[in-house]
Amino acid sequence: MSNEHHEHKLPFWQKYLFSTDHKTIGIQYGVTSLSFLLFGFFLMMLMRWQLAYPEQAIPFIGKFFGEDRAPGGVMVPTFYNELGAMHGTIMVFLGVVPMGVGCFGNLIVPLQLGAPDMAFPKLNMASYWVFLVGGLTMLVSFFLPGGAANSGWTAYPPLANFATIGQTVWILGMVFLITSSLLGAVNFLTTIIQLRAEGLTFMRLPFFVWGQLITSLLLLLAFPPLEAAGILQLMDRVAHTSFFLPSGLLVSGQPLEVSGGGSVLLWQHLFWFLGHPEVYVILLPAIGIVTEILANNIRKPLWGYKTMVYSVIFLGFMSFIVWAHHMYLTGMGTAISAFFQATTMIISIPSVIVLTCLAISLWGGSIRFNIPMLFTLAFIPMFAMGGLTGLPLGLAAPDVYLHDTYYVIGHFHYVVAPGVIFALFAGIYYWFPKFTGRKMNDLLGHLHFWPTLVLMNCIFFPMLLQGLAGVSRRLYDGGATYAHAQGVLHMNEFVSISAWILGLAQIPFILNLLWSMVKPKNVDSDNPWQSTTLEWQTPTPPGHGNFKELPVVYRGPYEYSVPGASEDFTPQNIKDIK
Amino acid sequence: MSSGAHNLEKDIKKYKKIYFALLIFTVVTVLAAKFHLAVHLAIILALIIATFKASLVASFFMHLATERPVIYWLLIFTGFFFISMLLLIYVSHYSIYEGLHHVP
Amino acid sequence: MDVIPYTVEERKDTGVFNAKLGIWLFLASEVMLFGALFSTYVILRIGAEHWPHGASLLNVPIGTFNTAVLITSSVTMVFSWTSLKENNFARFKNFLGITILLALLFLVVKSFEYGAKFEHHHFPKESTFLAIYFTLTGLHALHIIGGIVVLTYFWGPGSKMWETQADRFTNRIEIVGLYWHFVDLVWIFLFPILYLL
Repeated sequence: MSNEHHEHKLPFWQKYLFSTDHKTIGIQYGVTSLSFLLFGFFLMMLMRWQLAYPEQAIPFIGKFFGEDRAPGGVMVPTFYNELGAMHGTIMVFLGVVPMGVGCFGNLIVPLQLGAPDMAFPKLNMASYWVFLVGGLTMLVSFFLPGGAANSGWTAYPPLANFATIGQTVWILGMVFLITSSLLGAVNFLTTIIQLRAEGLTFMRLPFFVWGQLITSLLLLLAFPPLEAAGILQLMDRVAHTSFFLPSGLLVSGQPLEVSGGGSVLLWQHLFWFLGHPEVYVILLPAIGIVTEILANNIRKPLWGYKTMVYSVIFLGFMSFIVWAHHMYLTGMGTAISAFFQATTMIISIPSVIVLTCLAISLWGGSIRFNIPMLFTLAFIPMFAMGGLTGLPLGLAAPDVYLHDTYYVIGHFHYVVAPGVIFALFAGIYYWFPKFTGRKMNDLLGHLHFWPTLVLMNCIFFPMLLQGLAGVSRRLYDGGATYAHAQGVLHMNEFVSISAWILGLAQIPFILNLLWSMVKPKNVDSDNPWQSTTLEWQTPTPPGHGNFKELPVVYRGPYEYSVPGASEDFTPQNIKDIK
Repeated sequence: MSSGAHNLEKDIKKYKKIYFALLIFTVVTVLAAKFHLAVHLAIILALIIATFKASLVASFFMHLATERPVIYWLLIFTGFFFISMLLLIYVSHYSIYEGLHHVP
Repeated sequence: MDVIPYTVEERKDTGVFNAKLGIWLFLASEVMLFGALFSTYVILRIGAEHWPHGASLLNVPIGTFNTAVLITSSVTMVFSWTSLKENNFARFKNFLGITILLALLFLVVKSFEYGAKFEHHHFPKESTFLAIYFTLTGLHALHIIGGIVVLTYFWGPGSKMWETQADRFTNRIEIVGLYWHFVDLVWIFLFPILYLL
């Protein structure tokens, strides 16, 4: 009610910095998380130098890391650990999730719901700023004595308990990020449940919105235990309690002067209680994006929409009771291990169902191979690779061998990199025209897509092989001192070179993105992809409040090639077929 | 949400009664502790009384008794996930494989 | 068109207005937060060789008093809301003011308890019991402080909304009341678990 007064003459800082408009906030999240993704990528490129050319000085930039981190330009082990821990933390918590939820969720959900904004616009703004503070906290930790956190993104005690001060700041950063996510989850859930346009029943929601709904439910209920764990670790580090330190622990041969009675496994349980739902938080926005783009580019209805919806609901539910498959090697008894193994095997079914429905949808479709669709089509087999390689990890017996090896790294990077990140790229190329009036350049799109697809496989497939050979993860020397690793060590250089070229392959994308923002508008319609969902039934870009009049929905989300219609798509807010 | 003034008067009377019930059961909790029951029995008794008091607060002060299904479902799932977190962590923690002498 | 629907009136199919759903969602996350700490308590206590009886380390009469204070603050919170429903702004302010004072009283008593502990050099690091005691009650106290801040805002500058949008303001008081009752509810569990068992 009060917004109408200041809509037109907002000063810069209010319109762009402290906006409560979901579209502006979405862009803020997008810019910030893409920057963090790039930074996290850079951290990895440094790690890959050490793995390819151990003990050799980092060229050109090696001298900038100082004597503590890289004396003579040669990376020391703790620097390698710092890079590893922060690469993981930044990519997961500051990169893919804020991109999938904060950026795409914010930009698209209210529009697809036919709503004027999110349910709590000011809370939305607060979520972004708390997220940014959390991210900056993480970045600041690099400048502390001892550097940033270096105990893995998983921060297991006792190691994390005794880490340098960067770990404490990591915990503080996580508290900010978790708070931001919780506030965001409340906002998304309320918005999706309460602000659906008239006629937009749950079973008429675009699948993207279903993905965001389940994602927010997972964030809401799974993050707080990690926050609790963070508080406990903070108490251990700062107040010298021993929540995670058992009695009789020796450090460097000396018994610790703590009260003892704690448990290292308690941290692992609380961490992975979040950690497993977190991977679905990473996945679901992506699979939502891919579904939207696929449905749009086959020009026929999606196959198995209801099945997909029930599958993700089931997936969300199951995700809370599988977590200890990350802990098979901690000494759990066979019965409880079997329980988690069973639930883990069961949870693989809904993802397979969703992927299968997407694949079946292609059959008989009039497929358009635009850039978003290329990334989407690649997602399906790449994510399937990642998912299938997860099966031996989810089974307790093979996991005894594969746990903490490069196989795990190969597995999760397959799902995240040519999986989720491809979906994020696809979403950028797809929705860019709605918010800017410009389609991104196709040639640059191809220059981005094809090398990226090939190189990601060059990087992560060898890791699966190294893992099968038994090479452990988080090794500073890449396995060089181990006899069992000798046969696969040569892959390190190949992987590293592929990773650096992959970095180069992102340049066409970055150029495309920046140039397309300023080049002349080249889109002549508000709905250039001829889509059925509501976000395309707005002006380009959508104004404040999105819709002049809130739309009324009469049909499902993927009514393509409806018999009797003059066009091969019928938007959701069209009452009678023309 | 609420209809007439009469309903409100009834509600106010109810809130007062709940208040006194809560105070009484607080005293009951403290007195029960004085019986020095075996630890597990004491815990069960304390939790029963606390749960009862909590349900009074939730049902009446928080209007849960007359809330909508969407809220109930949210709380049911939350409760389920909380209980399963507690139980599964407990079982994982204390059922260890043969040959392991104590919990890590 | 930028008015958010259902900020005051309830949506027909769900039967709730936005903030009502929002606060319950938030409270669900709080259940998981305190639930995780509660689970920590259970796991660590079961594995402990020795666990002190709460009453031997903590002052039960003081704890009981604080419990009564918080329960009373819950009922004054409810009455501040019913006062608005009866259109009695002055009574609303009185009841809300009392709620805030009782909350402050709780904190004052707690700080005496903490102070007494620290004076005798009983710090969290001394034992698992004290560690979990300070962490649980400390986090709870932070929630009380947060509540006081919000309640004071609604008692003060925030109460101006009563003049322009009475229904919306009444809803806000109901919502913040739900948060406050939850904080009371957590204490209803914490008190016997820490002080009596």
